Amino acid sequence: MKRSVRVALAAGIALVAGQIPALAGWEPVRPVEFIVPAGTGGGADQMARTIQGIVTKHNLMKQPLVVINKSGGAGGEGFLDVKASAGNPHKIIITLSNLFTTPLATGIPFNWKDLTPVAMLALDEFVLWVNAEKPYATAKDYIDAVKQAGGTLKMGGTGSKQEDQIITVAMEKATGAKFTYIPYKGGGEVAVQLVGNHIDSTVNNPIEAVAQWRGGKVRPLCVFDDKPMGYDEPITDGKAWKDIPTCKSQGLDIEYLMLRGIFMSPRATKDQIEYYVDLFKKVRETPEWQDFMKTGAFNTTFMTGADYAKWVETEEKRHELLMKEAGFLASN
Amino acid sequence: MEELANLFHGFAVALQPFNIMVMILGIVLGVIIGVLPGLGGANGVAILLPLTFSMPPTSAIIMLSCIYWGALFGGAITSILFNIPGEPWSVATTFDGYPMAQQGKAGEALTAAFTSSFVGALFAVIMITLVAPLVASFALQFGPAEKFAVYFLAFCSFVGLSKEPPFKTVAAMMIGFALAAVGLDSITGQLRLTFGVTELLNGFDFLIAVIGLFGIGEILLTMEEGLSFRGGNAKINLRVVLHTWKEMPAYWLTSLRSCLIGCWMGITPAGATPASFMSYGIAKRLSKRGKKFGHGEIEGVVAPETAAHAAGTAALLPMLSLGVPGSPTAAVLLGGLLIWGLQPGPMLFVEQKEFVWGLIASMYLGNLVGLLVVLTCVPIFAAILRIPFSIIAPLILVLCAIGAYSVHSSTFDVVLMLVFGVLGYLFKKCGYPLAPLVLAIVLGDKAEEAFRQSLLGSQGSLAVFFSNGLVGTIMVLGLIALFWSAIQEGYSRLRAATA
Repeated sequence: MKRSVRVALAAGIALVAGQIPALAGWEPVRPVEFIVPAGTGGGADQMARTIQGIVTKHNLMKQPLVVINKSGGAGGEGFLDVKASAGNPHKIIITLSNLFTTPLATGIPFNWKDLTPVAMLALDEFVLWVNAEKPYATAKDYIDAVKQAGGTLKMGGTGSKQEDQIITVAMEKATGAKFTYIPYKGGGEVAVQLVGNHIDSTVNNPIEAVAQWRGGKVRPLCVFDDKPMGYDEPITDGKAWKDIPTCKSQGLDIEYLMLRGIFMSPRATKDQIEYYVDLFKKVRETPEWQDFMKTGAFNTTFMTGADYAKWVETEEKRHELLMKEAGFLASN
Repeated sequence: MEELANLFHGFAVALQPFNIMVMILGIVLGVIIGVLPGLGGANGVAILLPLTFSMPPTSAIIMLSCIYWGALFGGAITSILFNIPGEPWSVATTFDGYPMAQQGKAGEALTAAFTSSFVGALFAVIMITLVAPLVASFALQFGPAEKFAVYFLAFCSFVGLSKEPPFKTVAAMMIGFALAAVGLDSITGQLRLTFGVTELLNGFDFLIAVIGLFGIGEILLTMEEGLSFRGGNAKINLRVVLHTWKEMPAYWLTSLRSCLIGCWMGITPAGATPASFMSYGIAKRLSKRGKKFGHGEIEGVVAPETAAHAAGTAALLPMLSLGVPGSPTAAVLLGGLLIWGLQPGPMLFVEQKEFVWGLIASMYLGNLVGLLVVLTCVPIFAAILRIPFSIIAPLILVLCAIGAYSVHSSTFDVVLMLVFGVLGYLFKKCGYPLAPLVLAIVLGDKAEEAFRQSLLGSQGSLAVFFSNGLVGTIMVLGLIALFWSAIQEGYSRLRAATA
């Protein structure tokens, strides 16, 4: 009885999503490996494990979904693994910006076109944070201080020649200010280093810094998006994500969003892609997913098929350009 | 005393029948995870995380933290019985635990290990209960320079305090540093020493190195020496347990020192592995029985186990109060908290009282339950030693191979493990110590990273390592440890001259 209700519900959700799973469609016949090209505890890992939990709780798949971290070589290990699994539809991978930055910076033999795009799940925002004890009230205050300090103020970020450093270089280009960039292993560590005043600013994702913001230890100055984030629930001191101004409105004309999307192994058939697209549509309908989006103040854009591939292609070109300007390409 | 009232409320939560059941289940699963080399606490918790999604958050965290305790207890078992550390922090336990097992004192070693683990954890939990808010601000003082100073102290105390010839120790350590440098350089984002081999992108994983160096190396040695485990006549019963307990209070000073080292290393995010090594090194130098360390001295089991467990427990404190995981397992637990809709950080203690204090109460109870479970199983574990070598050796080999494979699901790692096995055999044959090599593989890249982060921040000035009282003190302690023998010799010569 319970089961049939659940099936009916799932079917209902699928209907709402405008997609009826084809009865004769493909389905996994053994456990599906869900590769995370990053370490345990990071943003991509949290998202993958949330999805795994949702799939298990709502019985969205007949076969288990197994999360596996392959973080070696800034995620290169995970990408190469999926690339080498051509024709194996039981392997999917969640990506972050290292989809572009890792091959460009390290020269490993990989390009996103080696994989099959499935769906964009969300985009992760970037926010400029400073320690709440410091007097900087706006992005302009802070940039002025950076200029004044002549390169001694420290920007902490995740990894080297990856998204955080790309944004830092873009800020330097846009304003003429100079930072000392210090790479750390993960966003959580970066947030704590900021609270401890070991660095002067970060460009953490919302989910990495929200705990410190709620505790009143850090202050957001601006978000690197073209519009403010859409979440109006107050986080601390009556302020909500919505109240953080865009960097553009503060005279810092930089936009950067990070892909949180799904790819699968090369040479997947149309049926197989459709199965996963449908699965992730169902995941997106669950209250758990919506809560997760709210906690991390994600941009919930969803894309599949040609739109998604086109978006990724544009992003790849942009990263190549940004990294070339910054001198981050492997051939340098 | 509001904390105390909260704690008792927490006990009421943790003592609900369902939560107790979850606790026992978690401990048993954790012990199994700890026994299997390669399948560490972090992986184990990650794999079992989805099991808990249907539970209320408090029960879920109790189960996961009990898996963690179980893994901490379980890591000692294979270290002592087979010289294969199940977890990084059990490496130091093999130094004296395995010789004890060879002398037929496996029961004593296991009892001592479990009991010290319990003592260490208890100490850390009491500390968490009392000083949670204070400690949180202390951890914030730890920037890259302070972290490097801690690693520096760990390396120095190994070179200076070891009874091995210092040059052999340094040589082994340097090989470890070289191996640790392989893979992605996290400061420049470039690949290093991989020579285009994609399997090396990840560098040499510590666990694979350890399984090979200790496990396979030991089997090779045993084969050479006549195909038998010495220790088959181990007598194990309740009397052994009680007898060991009677002996334990004699080591109270070592225990206390190890508890303090463990708590400190757990809160400052250095972690359980350096804590266990450092505690072993210091006990060896300061104890009256220090000269016998390495030949099956029970104190040599007490010191690292107490510190590792204290550090493992204390590592949860920065995770809860700051959202900074002090260990990989804590990082996975952190992910779990987020999935249950709990935001770790300074506000957790204010907004989620029932959860936090339920968890802290479950730490007391979970460790007690864990101690009872593993102690009752000591005879079973020790009986394994009575199985003939010709049967157990292939089993260990298979276990090692599974362990090495499960780290990254890669067959290349299994081959690598065998290569490390041969290396371990050669090291032992030539009288080079393995411990500094392992220490350098584990902490080498972390120390390098912290060193370079510090220099980036200081615009290249080495003065950053003496720029404040905290970092300066740790560095000076490290230097003293490094030149300890010379200082001691100089002192005695001076005394001889004046006398």
